[in-house]
Amino acid sequence: MTAASHAGLNLRSPHEPTAASTEIGLFGFWVFLMSDAVIFALLFATYGVMLAATAGGPTAHGEFEIGAAALETLVLLTSSFTYGMASIALKYDRGRRGLLGWLGVTLGLGLVFLTLEARDFITMLRAGAGPTRSGFLSAFFALVPLHGLHVLVGSLWIVVMMTQVMVIGLDARVKINLIRLGLFWHFLDIIWIAIFTLVYLHGLIR
Amino acid sequence: MTETQGIWPAVLGRFDWSALPFVRAVQTPTVSEIIGALAAALVVIAAVLIAGLITRYGKWRWLWSNWLTSLDHKKIGVMYIVIAFVMLSRALIEAVLMRMQQAAAIDNPGFLSPDHFGQLFSTHGSIMIFFMAMPFLTGVINYVLPLQIGARDMAFPWANSIALWLTGAAAALMMASLVIGRFSTGGWTGYPPYTEVAFSPDVGPDYWIWAVSLGSVSSTLAGINIACTVYKLRAPGMTWMRMPLFCWTSLCTSILMIFAMPPLTVATGLLALDRYLGFHFFTNDLGGNMMNYANLFWLFGHPEVYILILPAFGVYSEVVAIFSSKELYGYVSLVLATMAIAVLSFTVWVHHFFTMGQSANLNAVFGIATMAIGVPTGVKIYDWIWTMFDGHVRLTTPMLYSLAFMMTFVIGGLSGIMLAMPPLDFLVHNTLFLVAHFHNMLIPGVLYGMLAAYTYWFPKAFGFRLNETWGRVAVVCWVIGFLLAFMPLYVLGAAGMARRTVEVFEPAFRPWLYVAGVGALVLLAALGSLFVQLFVSIRDRAANRTPVGDPWDGRGLEWSIASPPPEYNFAIVPHVGGRDAFYAVKRKGEPYRPPGPYEAITVLRNSNLSALIGIAAGVVAFALVWRIWWLAILGMLVVIGSVIARSFARDVDRIIPAAEVEAIERRWLDEAHATDPIPRLLETTSANRGLAGVSL
Amino acid sequence: MSERGREIRSYVIGYALSLALTATAFAVVRFQTLAAAATFGVILALAFVQMIVHFRFFLHISLRKSSRHDLQLILFSALIVALMVSGTLVVLFNLRSRMM
Repeated sequence: MTAASHAGLNLRSPHEPTAASTEIGLFGFWVFLMSDAVIFALLFATYGVMLAATAGGPTAHGEFEIGAAALETLVLLTSSFTYGMASIALKYDRGRRGLLGWLGVTLGLGLVFLTLEARDFITMLRAGAGPTRSGFLSAFFALVPLHGLHVLVGSLWIVVMMTQVMVIGLDARVKINLIRLGLFWHFLDIIWIAIFTLVYLHGLIR
Repeated sequence: MTETQGIWPAVLGRFDWSALPFVRAVQTPTVSEIIGALAAALVVIAAVLIAGLITRYGKWRWLWSNWLTSLDHKKIGVMYIVIAFVMLSRALIEAVLMRMQQAAAIDNPGFLSPDHFGQLFSTHGSIMIFFMAMPFLTGVINYVLPLQIGARDMAFPWANSIALWLTGAAAALMMASLVIGRFSTGGWTGYPPYTEVAFSPDVGPDYWIWAVSLGSVSSTLAGINIACTVYKLRAPGMTWMRMPLFCWTSLCTSILMIFAMPPLTVATGLLALDRYLGFHFFTNDLGGNMMNYANLFWLFGHPEVYILILPAFGVYSEVVAIFSSKELYGYVSLVLATMAIAVLSFTVWVHHFFTMGQSANLNAVFGIATMAIGVPTGVKIYDWIWTMFDGHVRLTTPMLYSLAFMMTFVIGGLSGIMLAMPPLDFLVHNTLFLVAHFHNMLIPGVLYGMLAAYTYWFPKAFGFRLNETWGRVAVVCWVIGFLLAFMPLYVLGAAGMARRTVEVFEPAFRPWLYVAGVGALVLLAALGSLFVQLFVSIRDRAANRTPVGDPWDGRGLEWSIASPPPEYNFAIVPHVGGRDAFYAVKRKGEPYRPPGPYEAITVLRNSNLSALIGIAAGVVAFALVWRIWWLAILGMLVVIGSVIARSFARDVDRIIPAAEVEAIERRWLDEAHATDPIPRLLETTSANRGLAGVSL
Repeated sequence: MSERGREIRSYVIGYALSLALTATAFAVVRFQTLAAAATFGVILALAFVQMIVHFRFFLHISLRKSSRHDLQLILFSALIVALMVSGTLVVLFNLRSRMM
């Protein structure tokens, strides 16, 4: 997608970002994020509907561990902050080292998050608290791993972007994609706020 | 029920020979199986024939580089509509089969097995909604919207191409289900627990899930594209309140697409998790709640029907104004009504399952909301009637469709208001009364609108008009066919005949079912007359060319350029001073005047990757249906790899030099100046070369 | 302060606020003193506030003209989400109570 195919003058090189082209590119991504938000919202609603559907099996209280949830939250939140630092490096720095550095830290934190989460899931599965045990667990394992899958995609995207920054440099499309990735990453942290509140903390309330 | 093991599970998943209808027809040669085998044979023969013809005329390269990999919204729009017509043909034949079965099967089993009948009503509904109506309206919007707002393309042309290919892949998957395997018998709604593995372990529901999922992703992409196009790509001076009504309805349709597709993705996704990984969202045991499926599905399903109808309403706004030779009446009220419909459509979904067991109060709330949503549509009907009032009405084919719509759609609207009352709905839920109601909305509403759009904008897209006589034949057949096929269903439904019934045990229903059967045949004739119309029109195209581009004395910007439009649409992006921009220029200014210095224009090159993504997605879907895991993984890798590859691609556009633009424009303007303008009286004759005569 | 400094500050404030809100929520549950419903209410409110913090400090959504379209979009989406989620919960809980 270039700046070229929109109403207006076509005199500039299509590799220069125009305000218009950036605006369209980002607005479109926002719209996609909103459709994704609806998917998550309905999975939350389904989770709420199926809270009681434990079928005599494991419950939230029995399976969720507050320490693990807190650690994952800290890691993900920090990764949002580090992406913010990457965004600033993108906008203001001359060189690419700051940008690549912060992107790398964000990636690292993302992978740590995924590892911690995977460990949690494996623990649950080993304890017989897997998705095939009950409706409640099905709902948990649809919602939380979907978020994890998004983080995995985001991590892959960071790798791709880092490669592009190194190989192509910071042209219009690389910049727009970095901004979109930022939107995506922060959005995932917002979803996580809902997850740690409505799933983990709610499940641990006595 | 046992699951078939498959002849070579590691490579071919659960495919085995009985998946082929030909093998089944030989093993159990009943009429039903033979019809199935014939249908499969037709698909195979058609595919071979088409491939053969393309090879014979050496058109593969042309097809690939001129059409299939194009990112041009005009080409994409046309391809969507081609898909729609192909799928319309199949689904209409399926409808005829069902009508014949019900007419024949009164106190006898008829000629279709219950299983076959179950597949027919499932494919008929799924195809008509997801692979006929959605592609048709998406195609029309794709073609017309950028032209009406003065843009050179949609906001995201590459995503547009992907969306087209995903729809194509999904349609191909539907056709594949005719040849390999079977389709779901769970209806177009796929309700569990019937569609769970416990009751339907076969590939049928999986075909349904993945075809619908591909279509749903496609529509979400399209919705994002349309919304951003309207928000950000309007020509300078085209403020919100100067946009044609069709653009408003396109915008609201896209908003519905963006927010209504996710619930469908969730519903089918969770069902897939149940079927593939043993989850318990909707199962009978271990905490499943199948009522949540109905809830999720109709959170999608209700806005979906407004996605279907709003573009048609936009078309009627355009057509009625033009062929009444008058400005559209009540522009502001039409805009407000459209927005009201869009928002309210998210507040009524429970009316699709009044009988599921909610309290009367809850039903009442949704019943009231459902009645409320009828009001803005009523406002629109009045606005169109008042547009015609005191105008000079010209009874061309698009106008005839619009008139037929206005008169018959209202009946369906009234039956909808009746259904909105829970106590009444309890009596006719899932009877033919409901079937009559929604076909009453979809055929006069959506189909007539799309056919009107097809006829109205055809000359713009292809540079020649469709044959008017055959157009009128088609209208008559569609109207008579619809009335004969569906009015009896209101009576039958009120008398208690259930929907989706393969055999009937009430002889009193016979005359009505016979009439409905005749109606189905008339509808088939209507479809046939459309194909005849197209054939005749192409044959006679030299006589009916409208190269100057304005055959109907149009009002919007799309009529201010050549027919067919140049690749870049507008040589100079127009500055818009008011509503009905082109009309004003014709009446007060100087249309067809060389606008000044031409500039080079950048357009996007074709992309092989979007086609690859669509094909790979189709392969993934097919592999998932048959549980061919290695193929599914491979396909996913291709999809992901293609997306990444595109993000690296830098040489994605090309520049049309100013001299070339000038040459194209000059040729068109010279033709315009050398053409005789025609009065409206001659607009359906070969004197109409696309230049409107304006009496000042 | 330079623009760069201002932006860094925005992220730092957002991060600090989010940490505080998160810690509070975890603490309220870990050292629960209120009744269950009240506890839930508190963490809900904290989550809602933290989401706004994220939107404001990380995603730069504000009442400025330049983010007007984005804000419109987010508010409309929030409306749809609220309708769908509350509708689902109300309907399904109503169905459950009538089944018992």
